[in-house]
Amino acid sequence: MQTVIHTENLCKAFGDFKAAYNISFEVYKGEIFGFLGANGAGKTTAMKMLCGLSIPSSGKATVAGFDVWTQTEEIKRNIGYMSQKFSLYEDLTVLENLKFFGGIYGMSRAEIKEKSQQLVHELGISQFANRLVKSIPLGWKQKLAFSVAIFHNPAIVFLDEPTGGVDPITRRQFWDLIYQAAARGITVFVTTHYMDEAEYCDRISMMVDGEIKALDTPENLKKQFGVETMDEVFYELARKAQRKGD
Amino acid sequence: MKQFFAFIKKEFLHVIRDSKTLLMLFGLPIVQIALFGFALSNEVKEVNLVVCNLSNETKATELIQKFDASGNFKVVQVIHDPNALDQWFKNGNIKMCLVIPAQFEKNAVRERKIDVQLIADSSDPNLATTLVNYGNQIVFDFQMKWFGQSTLPGINPEVHMMYNPSLKGTTNFVPGVISLIMMLICVLMTSVSIVKEKELGTMEVLLVSPFHPFFIIIAKAIPYFVLSLFNLSIIVFLSINLLDMPMEGSILLLFAESGLLILVCLSLGLLISNTTNSQQAAMLISLLGMLIPTLIFTGFLFPIENMPKPLQIISNIMPSKWYYIIVKDIMIKGLGIKYFWKETLILMGMAIFLLALSLKKFKIRL
Amino acid sequence: MVEVQNLHIRYKEQKDFALHDINLNVEKGELFGLIGPDGAGKTSLFRILATLLLPTSGRASVMGLDVVKDIYAIRRKLGYMPGRFSLYQDLSVEENLNFFATLFETTVEENYDLVKDIYIQLEPFKKRKAGQLSGGMKQKLALCCALIHKPELLLLDEPTTGVDTVSRKEFWDMLGKLKKTGLTILVSTPYMDEASRCDRVALIQNGKILSVDTPKGIIDSFPYPLFQIKSKEMAKLHKDMIESKLLHSAHIFGEWNHLVFNDGNTMEQLIDYLSLKGHTNIVWKEIAAGIEDCFIERMRDL
Repeated sequence: MQTVIHTENLCKAFGDFKAAYNISFEVYKGEIFGFLGANGAGKTTAMKMLCGLSIPSSGKATVAGFDVWTQTEEIKRNIGYMSQKFSLYEDLTVLENLKFFGGIYGMSRAEIKEKSQQLVHELGISQFANRLVKSIPLGWKQKLAFSVAIFHNPAIVFLDEPTGGVDPITRRQFWDLIYQAAARGITVFVTTHYMDEAEYCDRISMMVDGEIKALDTPENLKKQFGVETMDEVFYELARKAQRKGD
Repeated sequence: MKQFFAFIKKEFLHVIRDSKTLLMLFGLPIVQIALFGFALSNEVKEVNLVVCNLSNETKATELIQKFDASGNFKVVQVIHDPNALDQWFKNGNIKMCLVIPAQFEKNAVRERKIDVQLIADSSDPNLATTLVNYGNQIVFDFQMKWFGQSTLPGINPEVHMMYNPSLKGTTNFVPGVISLIMMLICVLMTSVSIVKEKELGTMEVLLVSPFHPFFIIIAKAIPYFVLSLFNLSIIVFLSINLLDMPMEGSILLLFAESGLLILVCLSLGLLISNTTNSQQAAMLISLLGMLIPTLIFTGFLFPIENMPKPLQIISNIMPSKWYYIIVKDIMIKGLGIKYFWKETLILMGMAIFLLALSLKKFKIRL
Repeated sequence: MVEVQNLHIRYKEQKDFALHDINLNVEKGELFGLIGPDGAGKTSLFRILATLLLPTSGRASVMGLDVVKDIYAIRRKLGYMPGRFSLYQDLSVEENLNFFATLFETTVEENYDLVKDIYIQLEPFKKRKAGQLSGGMKQKLALCCALIHKPELLLLDEPTTGVDTVSRKEFWDMLGKLKKTGLTILVSTPYMDEASRCDRVALIQNGKILSVDTPKGIIDSFPYPLFQIKSKEMAKLHKDMIESKLLHSAHIFGEWNHLVFNDGNTMEQLIDYLSLKGHTNIVWKEIAAGIEDCFIERMRDL
């Protein structure tokens, strides 16, 4: 299996505060990797390092084959990113958004045009293609935002709580898209607060107090803790957290 | 009443804990004073001057020395060919030229009057006028010494610069800077601080509290009123002690009039905060909407009398224009309220109008 | 405590109603949940009840007072925590609480009993700036601030959004305790699993109320027998089941697929079909519906 993310004893400290400590794991090509943890456990810090947005304090990590210390620009070119907060430009049309993001990642004009048409066709959104993003239904925005994040065919896509506040049907449709992307070989790195979504991941890591306390398939984790649902696994781990006030 | 004080205390805490706000409150006035007071002064000092001397008589040399020694001019070259002058001006190195005609001394003795020519580069008309005035003064003084006053035939106007005999720029700029800073800080601070609460979502909670919306406004305004007065003290202190700005009139009156301007500005800030929901927008409106008109229409950079009529009319709605007149009257001329009651009344009218409008416009809902 | 009749709201420059014909009653002492995704109209409804928005038509009253006419009387007796409420970041925990207490004409000491359970957890950090607290702690502080004047009705707009499961559980435990003091609480959330914590819930989507009932009532009213099923290949299983044409609906729930049969079709038929498609390790059982099943089923009617 091809390794897409590799980290070894990755640490990030802010002064005395160890936001992320001794993070070691591997993520493979085409895998859906769930990155869970309580608020303040250090998920965001770790994600930022992997996206090339922040330099670690110590340790090693490569993302899509590039080093997080020295090759952050290459990393940024080879990943996609989507969060609940930032998705698309509301005052541009769907096609303009695609053109813009494709352009940022250096896609050629012909390529953008071809892939836009393909995307519009696949999602069945020809009625929205030339409408301003702000005027299309909320559920579609999230799905489109995801499609835009993987538009340039990145090696990995980072999803930061992509389904927060989304209705249950859209949430499932969103996961269909994630599966399709993974089947195409795009690695998906996702955080979520919905524990049923944790079940959809191939493997799960659980962060507590800046460290990875558990990492396995959902099934094995449930066995390991002797519980029925991922919710209970999470609860078992997170309630031991010391860093509540932070 | 307790709510009111708690609110004011909270506002002060916001200001004290935000280093950016503090910097703006106290850094800006100092920078502005330094900038306008020193760097941008339009005082004339050591301006390059070329003399075209066609006479070569002793008195001509004396006159040249007089110019050089005045401190206003620096004689860079004495030439004898008037055709070369054009090139000097084109090169842009000199701003004025003094032409002393042939047989200057002989003619002067016969007519008991000096006849010289001053050529100024009027691509900057304000500067050119000032330079010619200086030049005239030097020539006039020279003539007086030479022939004595009584010997002059005809009428000769005696120019006397009132209030600012040395024609120093400071006296013009400082009142302008004071009004500029008052406008900027008060409007900006109030509008941003209110909009910030909207952004945070705290405004919703303030609104649903029993604290009446009217008091929210007043409580928001008071800290910035106090801070602005404090700020004013710094500026006045700096300009008097550092820039030798005169303070002829009553300092109490100055503060009272400034309070009036601050009131106008605070109301403007409140109005802006009502119409926008983001801090950036509030900041942009305050800066663009206040800074540029204040610079243009106050009168300290561009004389309003020289503007086209429509612009002159527009300038009347700028509170800083009236305030500028008042400050000059107080600080430089040392005049009392009876000389500028009209301007005071206008400011007062503006304050009442804007305050009433902003209170009326303040939404008790979202 | 809350009465809403035929309430509509339409924002300027929009053709659709953000709230459409809302009817709602919340009894005194109830813990009432308003459950729906973002954009369903939860915040609009809360703002109307908190006297911050005017309805386009219809009537609403809280604590017996009209939300349009009696705004100042309502504001005196209401506790409101807006969705994006994030306190004053540059003030400490203590300063925030004291400020809101004074603002609502009371003191922290006077009503300390009410917030004691929650504030005790914040006490170690009382000198810390609110901006440096974790998400869960911020929510607790915000709740304290909304409670400090002993309101009769508490409106909490999405207090648990973006908060992790553990903090969410704690938060609901706190609400349960508050309810025991007789306080009426109206709370909104996008998390379906939180419905079971409420006495009654209203499901809301696209500005319309789908149903109002007790959580049990909503679940019991699920109109069909519901089954869950899993096999080795989950993604393929879901696709194959939809293609089988035997099902009224099939949705993935974690490791399971929840499904409802079309009239006349049975599990035997489905298993046969799936076996033909090569699925192994098929496990299934009939289950009771959850709130999310009900929500999805109701969304089909929209």
